[in-house]
Amino acid sequence: MAHTPRVSSVPAGTPTDISQGSRTRGGVGESTLRPDGTLKVTGAFAYSSDMWHEDMLWGHTLRSTVAHAEIRSIDIGEAVATPGVHAVLTYDDLPTACKNYGLEIRDTPVLAHGKVRHHGEPVALVCADHPETARRAAAKIKVDYAELPVITDEASATAPGAVLVHESRDDHHIAHVPHPNIVHRQPIVRGDAEAAAQRADVIVRGEYTFGMQDQAFLGPESGLAVPSEDGGVELYVATQWLHSDLRQIAPVLGLPEEKIRMTLSGVGGAFGGREDLSMQIHACLLALRSGKPVKMVYNRFESFFGHVHRHPAKLSYEHGATKDGKLTHMKCRIVLDGGAYASASPAVVGNASSLSVGPYAIEDVDIEALALYSNNPPCGAMRGFGAVQACFAYEAQMDKLAAKLDMDPVTFRQLNAMKRGTLLPTGQPCDSPAPVAELLRLVKARPMPPERQWLAAGGDGRTVDVRALPGGLSNTTHGEGVVRGVGYAVGLKNVGFSEGFDDYSTARVRMEVINGEPVATVHTAMAEVGQGGVTVHAQIARTELGVSQVTIQPADTRVGSAGSTSASRQTYVTGGAVKHSCEAVREELLELGRRKFGSYHPAWATAGLLLEGGKVVTDGGEVLAEVADVLEEEAIDIEREWRHRPTEAFDRRTGQGNGHVQYSFAAHRAVVEVDTELGLVKVIELACAQDVGKALNPLSVLGQIQGGTTQGLGIAVMEEIIVDPKTAKVRNPSFTDYLIPTILDTPAIPVDVLELADDHAPYGLRGVGEAPTLSSTPAVLAAIRNATGLELDRTPVRPEHLTGT
Amino acid sequence: MRVHFTVNGRPQEADDVWEGESLLYVLRERMGLPGSKNACEQGECGSCTVRLDGVPVCSCLVAAGQAEGRGIVTVEGLAAYARHREDIHPGGGCTSGSCGTSLDAARRWQAEPTDGQSGEAGELAPIQQAFIDAGAVQCGFCTPGLLVAADELLESHPSPTDQDIREALSGNLCRCTGYEKILDAVRLAAARQEEAVR
Repeated sequence: MAHTPRVSSVPAGTPTDISQGSRTRGGVGESTLRPDGTLKVTGAFAYSSDMWHEDMLWGHTLRSTVAHAEIRSIDIGEAVATPGVHAVLTYDDLPTACKNYGLEIRDTPVLAHGKVRHHGEPVALVCADHPETARRAAAKIKVDYAELPVITDEASATAPGAVLVHESRDDHHIAHVPHPNIVHRQPIVRGDAEAAAQRADVIVRGEYTFGMQDQAFLGPESGLAVPSEDGGVELYVATQWLHSDLRQIAPVLGLPEEKIRMTLSGVGGAFGGREDLSMQIHACLLALRSGKPVKMVYNRFESFFGHVHRHPAKLSYEHGATKDGKLTHMKCRIVLDGGAYASASPAVVGNASSLSVGPYAIEDVDIEALALYSNNPPCGAMRGFGAVQACFAYEAQMDKLAAKLDMDPVTFRQLNAMKRGTLLPTGQPCDSPAPVAELLRLVKARPMPPERQWLAAGGDGRTVDVRALPGGLSNTTHGEGVVRGVGYAVGLKNVGFSEGFDDYSTARVRMEVINGEPVATVHTAMAEVGQGGVTVHAQIARTELGVSQVTIQPADTRVGSAGSTSASRQTYVTGGAVKHSCEAVREELLELGRRKFGSYHPAWATAGLLLEGGKVVTDGGEVLAEVADVLEEEAIDIEREWRHRPTEAFDRRTGQGNGHVQYSFAAHRAVVEVDTELGLVKVIELACAQDVGKALNPLSVLGQIQGGTTQGLGIAVMEEIIVDPKTAKVRNPSFTDYLIPTILDTPAIPVDVLELADDHAPYGLRGVGEAPTLSSTPAVLAAIRNATGLELDRTPVRPEHLTGT
Repeated sequence: MRVHFTVNGRPQEADDVWEGESLLYVLRERMGLPGSKNACEQGECGSCTVRLDGVPVCSCLVAAGQAEGRGIVTVEGLAAYARHREDIHPGGGCTSGSCGTSLDAARRWQAEPTDGQSGEAGELAPIQQAFIDAGAVQCGFCTPGLLVAADELLESHPSPTDQDIREALSGNLCRCTGYEKILDAVRLAAARQEEAVR
C-alpha cells in the first residue's frame, strides 16, 4: 500500500468515535440560510434584467392592438429609417420553416403571420441603441388589421358556424375533442353516479365562476442574447426550464442545440408564468440579425401580455349525501378558458378532472373537464395548475352540504376525508399518508384571533385603530356594520408531472480537495426562481457527502435537463437527482478508500460506511480516514439522471389510470371581517396546516406555505385580469389596476407543519409549493359567506357582490 | 443633458441623459447600480425605492434631471449609510425630536473609502442581516426596495408596532413571501437595535 493516512490524531487502524461538533452542519432538516441571500440584500445579485454587455442594443416587441384579425399588411419603412435602429423583424424574416413554438402543441407563432388571435400578440421586433428609440420606432410600424369576430366563451366557441381559432389543427388531441375550438377534453367515469344519487338524502348543486389570475412575478420577462463567433448565440435568461426553452428555440433559429448556450440568470419569481417562452426567441433573432448583444426587458404593461395566465373557469357541480353525512356521488363539468394558444391547457385539463373530487372519498363520479380555444389571453401554468379552480368549487359545495344537513362544516369534511388507500376518481389508490382529517383538526384547534382587535389596538377600549379595520386608513368605518366570519377549506394537489410524462432530472456532483478541505460541487440545470432549491441542494450534498463546503454551480445547458421548476417537483426530482449522484460519488470515494486503506482496518470491508464531518466513518461512528486523504489529488465527478416511479396516461373515455406520482394536502381556516355597508373585506387571519412529508428546510417550507396562501387570498378578494367580453381586450394590464395583496391586505399566517413521510420519495418529502394556494381561496370565501350570509359563487369577491349594488 | 448628483456618498455625473430618463434608468443603466429594481416602473410596487435627500421615493417616478445636485442612497449603499447613521445616532436610538436623518445630514454624507458601489461592503446593515436571518428573501426582487423602506422606518420609528410596519411597507409589493417573514425581519432588526442601545 503506497498511501498512508495523514491523520495525525487518528492513526490508521485506531477506531475513534467521531467527536461532538464534527458532524456536518447545514444538512437536511435544518433551516440553513440561502446561499444567495447576501447577494440579494446588497443589490449585487444579477437578475435577467440586470444583464449588461458592451455595445449592447435594446429589443422591443410590437404587439397587436386587437384580439382577432387578419393582418392585411405590415409597413416597417419608417421604423427601419429611424436613427439608432439596427433591425426590424416581422414574420417574413424568420429564418426557417419552423415559425411556431409551444410546450406541447407548436401552435404559438414567434411573430404573428396572417392573423392575430389575441390582444397583445407579438407582431414585429425592433432593436435600437436606446430602449426609448426602440419603443418609438416600433410605434411607427403600420399594421393593417381586418378585424374578425371574437370567441370569448364556450357558447361563442361552439356555436354553429363559429370561426375556428386554429383553422387547421393537426395536434394529437383533435381526434378526441367534440369541437375544434376545444383544445382537450377529459371525462372521468367511475361507478354509477346516477344510481348513487338515488341513495342521497340531500343533493346540492352550484355554478361557480373563477376569474383569470396572473402570476404577477415581480422580475419582468427579460434577458440578454449575445451572438457568438461560431454563428450560435448565448442566452442569459430568467426561465423555469432551460432545456424546454432550448428545444423550442433551436428549430426556429435553425441552429443545432449545441450552438445555443443557455444560462439561467437571476429569476424574480415565476409561479408558472415562465414555463412558456416570452422574449427568448425574439432576443436571439435580433442578436443574430444585428450581430450585436441584445437585451430585452418587458415593462409591467408588456409583462401582462408576455406570459400566460391562470385559466378562468366555469364549474358546475352536483353532490349528494345521506342524512348521516356520507357523500354519495359527485357530478361536475369544468370549462377552462385556454385562450388563443394551447400552452399547458391539456395538462391543466388532466389535473382539473382528476383532482375535481378533492380530498374526499366518493366512489361514484361523473366528471368532465375541457379547455377552450378562444381569443382571450392565452392561459397555461400557474401555481395549483387546474386544481385551484376545482378546489374553489368543491369546497363551496362541502359547505352547502354541511349547512343542508345542519352539520359542522369541518366535521362533515372529516367524515368524508380520504385516507391512505382511498381510490381517486381515476381508480388510483393513494399509497401514502393522507392526513386530511388531521389537517382540518389542526386549523380548527388553533385559538381564534381576538374579537374587535381594532378596538383593542386603539388602546383605551373606545377609540378604534382604523388601520385594523376593513378599508384601513381610508377611514371608511369605525366598526359599525363590521361583521366577522370564519371559514374552512382543504385541498388536494398532485406533485410532479403526470399522465406518463418522463419526469426526470439530472445532477452532476464533483468531490475534490481544495486547500486541504473536501469540497462538493453541485451542477444542475434547475431554475432557482426564488423557492430555495439551491439551499436544499447544498443541504443534500452536505448530508450525503459529509462535507461542510458545497458550491452550487450556475444552472445552464452544459448539464442534462432538470425538468421544470413547477408542479412542486424540484426538491423531489432534482433533489432526488442530487441525492442519487451524491450516493454514486460516495460509493466511488469509498471504493477508492478501500483500495488505498482497506488493509488497515477490517471495517473498510463492511457495508454502511458513511461520510461525516469530512471523514469516512462506520455506522457505529468509528473514523476510518479523512476524506481528504482518500481523495488527495483526485476528483470524483459524476453526472446521473434520476426518475421517480412512472405514471400512466388517463384513459381517454373513462379517465382511469395511475396518472399521478404523489399528492400533497393543505387546510386553511380563514377569519375575516366585512364592512357590510361598503363591501370591504379585511382578512384577520389565515391559518394553514400542511403535510410536507419531511421539511428539508423548515424556514423555506414556511416561506412557501405563507407565499402560496397569500396568492390564494389574492384571487379570493382582488386579483383578476379583466377581459372585455365584446372585444377580448385586456382592460387592466398594470399594477395600478391589477391588484395583488400588499402587506396591509395580508393577515397573520400561522402554520402547522406535519411531517408524515411518503415512503416513495427522497427523505420522505412531499412537494410543498402549490397545495397552500388551493385551499386559501375557498377558506376566505367561506368566511365571507359565513359573515354575510351571501352565496358568493364567483372569485374574486368584489364590493358590489357584498352590497348588491 | 448632464446630471450631477451624489450616489451612495460619492459625487457622480451622467452624460447624454435623455430628458425622459428616470432616475431608476440612470442608476441601473448608466451608473452600473442595478440593485434598485424595475418591477413595474409605475410607482406601484416599490421595488425601485431609493432615498433622495433622505426621503424614500420610487426612483422610477423621479426624472433624472430632478436628481440634479441631490443625494441618493440605493441598496448598494445601505450598509455604509447605516454605519454613518450609527456614528451620528449611536444605537439608532430616537430621542424625541432627533430621530431620522436630517436633510442636511443626508446631503453631507460621504461614502467611506471601503464602501462598495457594487454592494461588496464588508458588513451588512442590520436590516439586511435580519432579512437573511428571518428568511425574508425568496426571489429577492422586492428585497432592495423593502430594505430601503424598512431601514428608513427603523430610523424614524425604532420600535414600530406591527401596524406601523405594515403601514410603512404597504407601498412595497412582494409576490413570494406572504410578508410574514418580512414582518419577522423588521421586528428582528428592531429588537437587535434595541439590544444594542441597552
